[in-house]
Amino acid sequence: MGEAKRAVIRQVKGKAIPLPGDDIDTDRITPARFLKAVTFAGIEAALFCDERENMPDHPVDNPAHKGAKLMFVGKNFGSGSSRESAPQAIQRFGIQALVGVSFADIFAGNSFAIGMPLAAASPENAARLIARAQRHPQTQFVLDLEKLTVSFGGESLPVEMLEDRRKSFLAGTWDMLANLEANLPRVREVAAGLPYVSGFSS
Amino acid sequence: MSERTLYDKVWDSHTVAKLPTGQDQVFIGLHLIHEVTTPQAFDMLKERGLKVAFPERTVATVDHIIPTLIQIRPFEDAQAEEMFAALEKNVGENGIRFMHLSTGRQGIVHVIGPELGLSQPGMTIACGDSHTSTHGAVGALGFGIGTTEVAHVLATQTLALGRLKVRRINVTGGLGPGVFPKDVILRIIHDLGIKGGLGHAYEYGGAVFDKMGMEGRMTVCNMSIEGGARIGYVNPDETTLAYLAGREFAPQGEGFDKAAAYWRSVASEPDAAYDDVFGVEGESIEPMVTWGINPGHSTGISEKLPRLEDFEGEERRTAEQGYAFMGLKPGAPIAGTKIDVAFLGSCTNSRLSDLREGARILKGRKVNPRVKMLVVPGSQRVKEQAESEGLHEVFTEAGAEWRGAGCSMCLGMNADKLVGAERSISSSNRNFIGRQGSPKGRTHLGSPATVAASAVEGCLTDPRGF
Ligand code: SF4
Repeated sequence: MGEAKRAVIRQVKGKAIPLPGDDIDTDRITPARFLKAVTFAGIEAALFCDERENMPDHPVDNPAHKGAKLMFVGKNFGSGSSRESAPQAIQRFGIQALVGVSFADIFAGNSFAIGMPLAAASPENAARLIARAQRHPQTQFVLDLEKLTVSFGGESLPVEMLEDRRKSFLAGTWDMLANLEANLPRVREVAAGLPYVSGFSS
Repeated sequence: MSERTLYDKVWDSHTVAKLPTGQDQVFIGLHLIHEVTTPQAFDMLKERGLKVAFPERTVATVDHIIPTLIQIRPFEDAQAEEMFAALEKNVGENGIRFMHLSTGRQGIVHVIGPELGLSQPGMTIACGDSHTSTHGAVGALGFGIGTTEVAHVLATQTLALGRLKVRRINVTGGLGPGVFPKDVILRIIHDLGIKGGLGHAYEYGGAVFDKMGMEGRMTVCNMSIEGGARIGYVNPDETTLAYLAGREFAPQGEGFDKAAAYWRSVASEPDAAYDDVFGVEGESIEPMVTWGINPGHSTGISEKLPRLEDFEGEERRTAEQGYAFMGLKPGAPIAGTKIDVAFLGSCTNSRLSDLREGARILKGRKVNPRVKMLVVPGSQRVKEQAESEGLHEVFTEAGAEWRGAGCSMCLGMNADKLVGAERSISSSNRNFIGRQGSPKGRTHLGSPATVAASAVEGCLTDPRGF
C-alpha cells in the first residue's frame, strides 16, 4: 500500500510561465494525436509541442522560466476535449497551480481531481501578472489559498476560487483516491456482508 | 425521494461511508474493463504504488479496437495492437481474469457480462463505458465511469457517487407485430428527451417488460444513457432467474437457490415510492427510426419528419443542424430514404434474438446490391450459437458479411467505418456526427428488423411488411 497522501495545499510559490491569449484549447495544450496513448507518463513532452515547434522562443522553452511552479493564462483556458491529458501534461511539466481570467469547466474539474489549484483574477490583474512574469522572469510569486491572493515584490492581488475546491485543498481532502483508500477496512466489512461476494456459500 | 426501490435497496447495502464531499462511497460488486479506458488507470495505480484491491471482482475483455475481419495478432493497426498488449500486460500483472480471444468467451463487454452470468441481480456494476447501463436488465445497478474512476475501483473497489432520483417508466399493454424493444427505448427517449434522464435512474416496468425477454431488456437498458439516465434497470423476476440458471459464472446447485432468494429480495417493493412516474401505451409504439444527429431525433417509420416549428430554442438549432447534416427535409416521409450501409451489431442489438430476427427477414431474400451489409455478433458465444443454427449461412447467402465479435461499426475505433457521406441504417445506439468513423457519415438508428428490411429494399423500410 502506498502512503495515503493527504496533501494539504496552502500555498504555491515560485516563478511563473506567462501564457497570454484567450481560449487556449486542449488541442493546443496537448495535440489530439496524444490522446490515444496508453499512459500519461511522459505526456509533458506533448505540452504545447506543435506551437513550440513553430515558435523557438515559446514561453515554455524560455530558460528564464525554467523551474516555474505557476502558469499565468488568459480567458477560457482549457476549452475543448474532456480528456485528462491537458492538465496532466501541465502538472507533469512541473506546474503546480494556474492563475487566469477563467477556465473551461471540464478542464477545471480534471485539474481539481489531480490536485492542481486554479485561481481566477480580474482581466487587468491577470494581464499584470503576465506582464510581470514576462519582464521579470525571476520574480517569485506566491499564490495563497488561505488569503486568496497572488503576491510578489510587496504587491498583492486578489484572486477567486470555487469555495468547495479551495476548502478541499486546504483540508487535504481533494484527493478522492486517498479518501476512498482510508476506508479500506470498512470496504472489506461491507463486501463480506454481501451474499454474492461470498458466493452464496454462507 | 424514492424509497424501497431496487435502486434504494442496492445502494444502501453497498454504501461504505459518507465522504468529505458529501458523496457516498459505494462498493462495486463487478468491475468490467476493456482496452480503451483502462491503461491510464493501471498507470495511476503504479505511480502511487497501489495494488488492485479485489482482483477477483474485475473481469477484462477486448471489444472496441478489435478487427472483425482478421483477428490474428499482431493487429495491422499498431495502435490497436498497443492497446491490446497493454491490457494483456496489466491483467497479467494484477491477476485479473481476461476473456481473451482464445477463451471463446470474448465479446463486447455489455454482451458477455450477462451472457456469462457475471452480471447478477442486486449487484453494483461499473465499467469505463457509458453503456454499462445495459447490465440493469438483470436487476443490477450498472453505470459507466471515467478513467480516474476506473483507477478508484481498481485500488479500492469503491467509487464516490451522488445518489440519483428514481423514475418509474411503465410501458403498458402489448407491442404490435414488428415492434421491438429497440423501438420501445427509442420512443421513451423521443418522449422524455435526451436530457430527460439527467440525475435519474430509470426503472422500467409494466406489462410490456413483464413479457419481454432478457435480451430485449438489455437493449432497452443499454440506451438509458442516451436518454440522459446513467442507470436503467428492470426488477428481477422469473424471466431473470430462468436466464441466469446454468450460466457459467452464476451460482450452481444449492448456491443457485440461495442466490435466487436473494435476487428476488432486491426487487422494488409493491409499495415503493418513486421520484416520478411516466407511462407509455405499448400499442401506440411504432417501429422507430432516427432522422437526425442524436437518439432523440426519431420518428415512427410511417410518419412524416417533424416540422422545425415543433422545436424550441436550442433544440430547434440542433434539429436544423440535424436536417442539414442528414440531407433531409422537415415534413417529408422518412421511409424510402436510400441507404448505402446496413449494420446489424453493437452492444444494443447483437445478441442471438437480434440475429435471429435479422435472419428471419433475410431468409430467401437478397440484400439490395447497392447496400453493404455487415452482421457482427456481440460475442464469440453468440457467433458460435448463431452458426450452430445456420444463421451465418442465411446472412451470407443474402449477400451480407458475417464477421467476428466486436464493437465494429458502432464507432470508428477499428477498421469497420462508413466512408465519406455514406448513409447507414444501424442497430447501434448513437447517431452522433462522425460516430461511425466518417466525419460526413450519416447514421439512422433502428431495430434489427428495420435494419434487415431496409437492407433488402435499399432504403429505410417499415419491417411490418416482412
Ligand atoms: S458496441 Fe458501441 S456502444 Fe457498445 S461498447 Fe462497443 S463502442 Fe460502445
